[in-house]
Amino acid sequence: MSDAAPDMQDLYRELVIDHSRNPRHFGRLEDATHTADGINPLCGDKLRLYFRVDASGTIESSSFEGSGCAISIASASLLTEAVTGLEVDDAKSCSATISTRLTTAAPYANLDAHLENLKALDGVRAYPSRVKCATLAWHALQAALTNDTQPATTE
Amino acid sequence: MGATAKTVTATDWRADFPALDQSVHGQPLVYLDSAASAQQPAAVIDAVASYQREDHANVHRGVHTLSHRATEAYEGARDKVRDFINAKSRSEIVLTSGTTESINLVAQSFCRPRLQPGDKILITHLEHHANIVPWQLVCEQTGAELVVAPINERGEVELDSLLGLIDDRVFLIGMAHISNALGTVCPVEKVIEHARQRGIPVLIDGAQGVPHLDVDVQALDCDFYAFSGHKMFGPTGTGVLYGREAILDAMPPWQGGGDMILEVSFDKTIYNELPYKFEAGTPNISGVVGLGAAVDYLQSIGMQTIARYEQKLHDHMVARLSNVDGMRLIGQARRKASVQSFLLDDIHSHDLGTILDHQGVAIRTGHHCAMPVMQYFGVSGTCRASLAFYNTHDDIDRLVAALDKARELFA
Ligand SMILES: Cc1ncc(COP(=O)(O)O)c(C=O)c1O
Repeated sequence: MSDAAPDMQDLYRELVIDHSRNPRHFGRLEDATHTADGINPLCGDKLRLYFRVDASGTIESSSFEGSGCAISIASASLLTEAVTGLEVDDAKSCSATISTRLTTAAPYANLDAHLENLKALDGVRAYPSRVKCATLAWHALQAALTNDTQPATTE
Repeated sequence: MGATAKTVTATDWRADFPALDQSVHGQPLVYLDSAASAQQPAAVIDAVASYQREDHANVHRGVHTLSHRATEAYEGARDKVRDFINAKSRSEIVLTSGTTESINLVAQSFCRPRLQPGDKILITHLEHHANIVPWQLVCEQTGAELVVAPINERGEVELDSLLGLIDDRVFLIGMAHISNALGTVCPVEKVIEHARQRGIPVLIDGAQGVPHLDVDVQALDCDFYAFSGHKMFGPTGTGVLYGREAILDAMPPWQGGGDMILEVSFDKTIYNELPYKFEAGTPNISGVVGLGAAVDYLQSIGMQTIARYEQKLHDHMVARLSNVDGMRLIGQARRKASVQSFLLDDIHSHDLGTILDHQGVAIRTGHHCAMPVMQYFGVSGTCRASLAFYNTHDDIDRLVAALDKARELFA
């Protein structure tokens, strides 16, 4: 069964396993200014993202809580690292960049330094049934920062 | 451990199923998801194909040869189903699109016109959504109340609690024969016996019963028994509602259209006799032909033989899984069919499903359309291996090896 192993490791890269095991910025963020839920009804994944945006429109801090598979948790954890310190508009465009990266067959574009770690999610492209796990947090980010009242879902 | 115990028969049965003979991600397929949908033997696939090639026409309506052949094939399948579950009469076999439609038919045609506010529908905590939501709908429509009998930590229906919930307001009891999520074989015989004494009709959701047990509706003495073709090695989009003739007779049709009428005028329409009264419109003829072939196939092996073989395989699976480090078995009923839900360490069921798929092992992950069961066990989902008689000891070995691999990856 060894020939199946490399593929699996491409999906479950070390960084993904690490972030799913030890999610960064996990928990509720007091005095959050923006928050949104992400729900994947198919898997039962549920995430809540929190952001505190300062007066100048910069994301001061981010956090998330919830439950889900390794891919969805790692993705949310990586997200909080990537967008903290960004302008709201820049964070929203990250969301678009990552969603496109994971859902299209286009060649991988270069990523800005702060998004570099998100390459760890590239493996999901080969797993159509798992792409939604990786994009869930990014949908929620988009919803939080546009202050949608509806939870983001993958459906 | 597995190789020596492998039986010749299972290997033979396996060869009857073309879809099992393939590789997935470079590994021979191990299909452990029959509870979601079972594979079809060549006998079923061929019966459907030859019907389509040679005999297809609409049923019950033409005088021409093909229509006659199609009608014979379709009605012949009904006779086979009647024999398979030992119903008294072919009038009691209503052909539907599946368990879901069968249950909705009972909720809407039998219950809805009769239910009064304050009446109760009694179900159990381990039901599939198909045996929950149709009752919720009809309760909303009529002001009736849905009452749920509890399960215990082994995943068994608590019989005494269930019987304790029966009172004069209980209008109908609906319960699974076998839980799809937990494998529990429910004490339907005892429930039916008590319900009969009090004149309360019982519907058995037999979606998982029929593939694993020798079902005899007369011996069970239930009022309704619902099941699906695709879980008993037949085509999707086919199903059966067995109903006691006197009860079906008294029920109004639930959908109107062709085939379900004797005479239509704008003043008055006379409904057709049973079971056609409940079969409006052109049915899934080729699917039903396949369902008939599935019955023939199962009877050629014998449901008792199947049940015995599966029980052994199940016990072997449970023993092997119990020895996997980090294993949490969910569903440990004393009477159980060949289905096992589990979780491994803290690995999410979807991750495990993907890792197993990569090794050619197909299991089901998630809530199995039984969210209340998941809530009871405090989990968002489980992994579920469900066996049919075409599975072997080798399949169990492959499952266990794949789980070991997953632990390595997540170590
Ligand atoms: C116990 C049980 N009831 C009902 C159903 C619904 O069957 P279908 O989707 O074929 O209508 C299923 C299918 O998963 C089941 O396992």
